[in-house]
Amino acid sequence: MAYSGDSESPARPVPTAIKLLVAGGFGVGKTTFVGAVSEIEPLSTEETITTASIGVDDLTGVGAKTTTTVALDFGRVTLDAGHTLYLFGTPGQDRFWFMWDELSDGAFGAVVMADTRRLADCFNALDFFERRKTPFIVAVNVFDDAFHYDPEEVRVALDLGPHVPIVSCDARDPRSATLVLVTLTKHLISTATTVAR
Amino acid sequence: MPRFEEERLLDEDAGPLVRPYTVSGGRTTPTAAFDLLSLVRSTGRMRPSQLEAEQAAVLLLCHEPVSVAEIAAHLRLPAMVVKVLLSDLVEDGAVTAHAPEAALDPTDLNLLEALLNGLQRRL
Ligand SMILES: Nc1nc2c(ncn2[C@@H]2O[C@H](COP(=O)(O)OP(=O)(O)OP(=O)(O)O)[C@@H](O)[C@H]2O)c(=O)[nH]1
Ligand SMILES: [Mg+2]
Repeated sequence: MAYSGDSESPARPVPTAIKLLVAGGFGVGKTTFVGAVSEIEPLSTEETITTASIGVDDLTGVGAKTTTTVALDFGRVTLDAGHTLYLFGTPGQDRFWFMWDELSDGAFGAVVMADTRRLADCFNALDFFERRKTPFIVAVNVFDDAFHYDPEEVRVALDLGPHVPIVSCDARDPRSATLVLVTLTKHLISTATTVAR
Repeated sequence: MPRFEEERLLDEDAGPLVRPYTVSGGRTTPTAAFDLLSLVRSTGRMRPSQLEAEQAAVLLLCHEPVSVAEIAAHLRLPAMVVKVLLSDLVEDGAVTAHAPEAALDPTDLNLLEALLNGLQRRL
């Protein structure tokens, strides 16, 4: 718990770090989501891939988007004196999947973001968390020009079991994004209590 | 055409890799184990002016416990490079590192309640 081998600094306990992940396909709004919730400026080591990525990533439906994140997004939320939430946005592109294992190690759960214009983009993320048995919920990020699906239609399209919550959100809105995390936490609580039984 | 694009991509990717490698003194493996969520705090035993610029920059960020991920993001350096810098700082006694509680139980209801309450307070 306390720092060791250091008498000069007071041995204040270090807050417990709870880790959640935000995953989903290329350009679905992960960085926006982490930035909306985080109390620190949204941090990421962002490499700008512009023209070089054309033909590598599917830009259909992404509109004016010309840059993409090639490293992790990172956000922090102080929960109380003893607990801090850390949020990690996973890399959206398949060729950065090597990072997922380290990122998901010790994660309590995940939000998988889905864009109804390109639902298939989140299949990889769903498979990954199902395989790792990391509890997750699906957040449908509602873009202005998107076709609005009923959550149950999304459930069928993504082949999700009845226990996986599906919510819609606006990743740009801190309240909406926080509500997604509240839904995830409630899902984690109900998963924990049913598993414990 | 595709060849040309590939080469450009390679150049752009390789560019930033040179500097971090130099920053960490050519080392690519830290001597101590750090997690992205290891919390680091300065001990106050060394002043930034006693250190190399990059190490001083790290030290300045950790008056309060700060995660490795946050330091990396602030300094725009790959996490691995930051881990190398940090392991030197730990050896010098300039910072202490605190690994995340490894066996944190994701089904611990006390933790989940703290998470829920902390989030709901922000609504
Ligand atoms: N209308 C609308 N636009 C959004 C929403 N969320 C994100 N955007 C926009 O969509 C674009 C992509 O968002 P990002 O947050 O960069 O997406 P990302 O998932 O981090 O992208 P990659 O890291 O490249 O995979 C940005 O221009 C955002 O402003 C949303 O909820 N509604
Ligand atoms: Mg991003």
